[in-house]
Amino acid sequence: MSILPDGRYVDDKPYETDIGEEARHAELDMSNTRLVWRRFREHKLGLVSALFLLFSYLMLPFAGFISPYTANERAPDHLYASPQGIHLFHEGKLIGPYVYPITANVNLETFSWEYEADYDNPARLEFFCEASYYKLAGLFKTNRHLFCAPEGATIFLLGADRLGRDVFSRILYGAQLSLTVGLVGITVSFVIGIVLGSIAGYFGGFLDWIINRVIEILRSLPELPLWLALSAAVPSHWSPVAVFFIISIILGILDWPGLARAVRSKFLSLREEEFVRAAEMMGAKPSRVISKHLLPNFLSHLIASATLSIPAMILGETALSFLGLGLRAPAVSWGVMLNDAQNLASIEIYPWTAIPMLPIVIVVLAFNFFGDGLRDALDPNRS
Amino acid sequence: MAALLKVEGLSIGFGNAAHVVDDVSFSVEPGETLALVGESGSGKTLSCRAALRILPAMATVHSGSVMLDGPKGPVDLMGLSERAMCDIRGNRVSMIFQEPMRSLSPLHRIGNQVIEVLRLHGTAKGQGARKRVFETFERVGFTNPERVFQSYPFELSGGMRQRAMIAMAVVGKPDLLIADEPTTALDVTTQAQVLGLIKEIQQDTGMAMVLVTHDLGVVANMADTVTVMNRGRVMEAGPAPLVLGDPQHGYTRDLFAAAPKIPESGEDAAEEHDRDYILEMRNVSKTYTLKGKAAWHPKIHVQAVRGIEFGVERGKTLAVVGESGSGKTTCARMALGAERADPGAEILFRPKAGAETVNLQDLDNQARLAFQRQAQMVFQDPYSTLNPRMRVKDALCEPMDIHGIGTREERVDRAAEMLRWVDLSPNMLTRYPHAFSGGQRQRLSIARALMLGPTFLVCDEPTSALDVSVQEQVLQLLEDIRDRLNLSYMFISHDLAVVARIADEVAVMRDGLVVEQGTTEALFHNPQHPYTKALLAAQPEPDINRPINLKIVAQGAGDPSTWPEAYRFDGANVPPLTKLGVGHKVRYYA
Repeated sequence: MSILPDGRYVDDKPYETDIGEEARHAELDMSNTRLVWRRFREHKLGLVSALFLLFSYLMLPFAGFISPYTANERAPDHLYASPQGIHLFHEGKLIGPYVYPITANVNLETFSWEYEADYDNPARLEFFCEASYYKLAGLFKTNRHLFCAPEGATIFLLGADRLGRDVFSRILYGAQLSLTVGLVGITVSFVIGIVLGSIAGYFGGFLDWIINRVIEILRSLPELPLWLALSAAVPSHWSPVAVFFIISIILGILDWPGLARAVRSKFLSLREEEFVRAAEMMGAKPSRVISKHLLPNFLSHLIASATLSIPAMILGETALSFLGLGLRAPAVSWGVMLNDAQNLASIEIYPWTAIPMLPIVIVVLAFNFFGDGLRDALDPNRS
Repeated sequence: MAALLKVEGLSIGFGNAAHVVDDVSFSVEPGETLALVGESGSGKTLSCRAALRILPAMATVHSGSVMLDGPKGPVDLMGLSERAMCDIRGNRVSMIFQEPMRSLSPLHRIGNQVIEVLRLHGTAKGQGARKRVFETFERVGFTNPERVFQSYPFELSGGMRQRAMIAMAVVGKPDLLIADEPTTALDVTTQAQVLGLIKEIQQDTGMAMVLVTHDLGVVANMADTVTVMNRGRVMEAGPAPLVLGDPQHGYTRDLFAAAPKIPESGEDAAEEHDRDYILEMRNVSKTYTLKGKAAWHPKIHVQAVRGIEFGVERGKTLAVVGESGSGKTTCARMALGAERADPGAEILFRPKAGAETVNLQDLDNQARLAFQRQAQMVFQDPYSTLNPRMRVKDALCEPMDIHGIGTREERVDRAAEMLRWVDLSPNMLTRYPHAFSGGQRQRLSIARALMLGPTFLVCDEPTSALDVSVQEQVLQLLEDIRDRLNLSYMFISHDLAVVARIADEVAVMRDGLVVEQGTTEALFHNPQHPYTKALLAAQPEPDINRPINLKIVAQGAGDPSTWPEAYRFDGANVPPLTKLGVGHKVRYYA
């Protein structure tokens, strides 16, 4: 720092002409996926949610193995059985995980089932035991379970329902349908939404007008009656799986307008970017401009909005099934299970019949956090 | 005399990263103008915002004091409560922002926005406040203050909005005005008028001003003292005549060397020769048809370009100069066949000397592809010209990919070679555009345009978004490449000083018409048209002894119907483009 005689200040640090600095960070040459992963890791809530979802989906094929009972296996002596805890110590001694067997009594004042535990005869759980038959991953027939109750005892971790079916097992089986119905629906709605949205946004004019009117018409339809009508149209003798596919496709067909509008408006603004004009002036065809320039720039938004709409689909399936319009017994989904909880009285006396709400809440939240984290991580404008 | 605002040892940083403003000190005396000069990222805006405590949420002030002198002696603004700061903002210190389009609320009438300042500070109420706003409106040069009071921002042009912003800033009679690049977003003639206005108001009211700018020309016209900043540090500070007249610091000298200058004098080009045009535009007009207000209203026709006649000579540069809305970009798009001119026009492209000409007006797909290999464009905005999702390699190979030239290896080889041509290293091929600075991106854009080996390039304001020193480098590069490959340029710009350097011939446009056209020497040495004169006069020169002549600017920059009779035009009544000398045409009634 120096002051010249004429009173001005001149910085006396050595000065070098700036020649457009080379490599500022080491991450410049890093691949895109690694960058995204690094940024995603910073979002702790998103990371935890992602791990949870990964675990949930990986569990789906093994649901039959983990659950002690199969989905529609009944215990006629244990209607509305209350949840049983797993204990380790009996009278001060470690005897490994065990349950107290329960027996049912009818309370003739309230006309409800009450269960009494037999605290003298702890029943130790068996592991890798043989019980009823199921198909592992839908392929291998086996009767091997991770754990089950010994002869003469039951294991209802989250209680049993109206017909004496294990709620815990049914939640696991229900996940197989509830978690995947969203994926099919999303695929359908994405294909339609992206195709129509990009056509409307890129070409504009008459096509744009038509697509917009279709969107408006779809949006003006009242949703519930429409669901009702569409699911009534599904032949009732179809198998639950076929119904399930149709339901998810219906959900997808009704869900695309929002996405199509997002794609369209994004395309309208991206089309004005100079790199798009540059590509057009090089002679690129519209299909190339859309697939190479417009969509990649929009991909992060698409992925994030996909993860954010899966929970909407899950909730949609749940709502439909809850109303009895979606999946029906004997298929098991969380919505079907909640259908049993429609009766206020039964919730009051047997609150565990409403437990399937819990996985719905957790999964929907997890998808939301995951989607949030993903959107932050994929956003290329941050750096 | 005590300084009105004294900033000392100010350091600001984002998070834990290195300080972006590092130990900056400056002070402003009452009634004086201090210019903070620097390129983007030098920390000049942050330092000013820190003085009003309106920093972005991420930024923290690590050290330093900001003393504002007041009736009760100097106060440190850093230590004041938020409540006390509100009394100072707008009342004692006010600010003008860079973007006039965005700094006014679109939902409120201008008058209400301005009067709010008085209301908030309890300076005046009711009719008194209204009267004061009208006075201020008159002061900033609105001829019809009542109409402006009632209008919404979208009804005003950019220059008018900036005047409204100034009115809002000065209506509370502040002691200090902070102007953050107040004229950067404006056309050069409007800039000159707004600068003149600020200066006048300052003389009237005796307020002090901190002027943040990157333009040494603006500094020379406005400042009493200058503080030059670079990368968050003060490089040189002192009275304007000293710093501008005899810069001591290396950085200040570099800035001066890079500032584009309008040549002092030149010689009229000698004789007319047979011209070999690579692109010739004959009788080119372009009319856009807009929908009427409602379906039953007649459609509105807007003439973006009217009767253009000029050509680009092989190996030379034709510059098209004009303010926003003058039709220069439409011209460029038509020259590349991206837009069709009105029927009757001829746009002739001759790939080689003596070869057959191609009329861009009637190209089939095959011929269009062939033409696109010959003619390419360099775009204006370095941040949107490259696809952020494409690696440099893919972006550069894309033109060859589209035209199906070469194998993958050949394309990459060519891309590496092009990178070397624009002075970038081939190992940058795998990077994404976000890793590059503005100047580097513009180089990449040039490299991409060169991939197909074109003979004709249209450059649409390629340097207007760049810092002066980078602008200089990019212009140099464009010149080198032109001479090396015998390219021909059509160079679109709003800046005469940039054009002076690179162009061989210049066409000045206004309202879709060419008003003057000639060789660079003729045009700069002997400008005839009042509009050209105004453009030349409005260009701020980094020389303190050559202030902007506002009279010439006002005369030429006004509406064409106010020009001297020989040049006047309004509506369809347009004087002919008359030949004045060798290669020099002016639109006037001879």
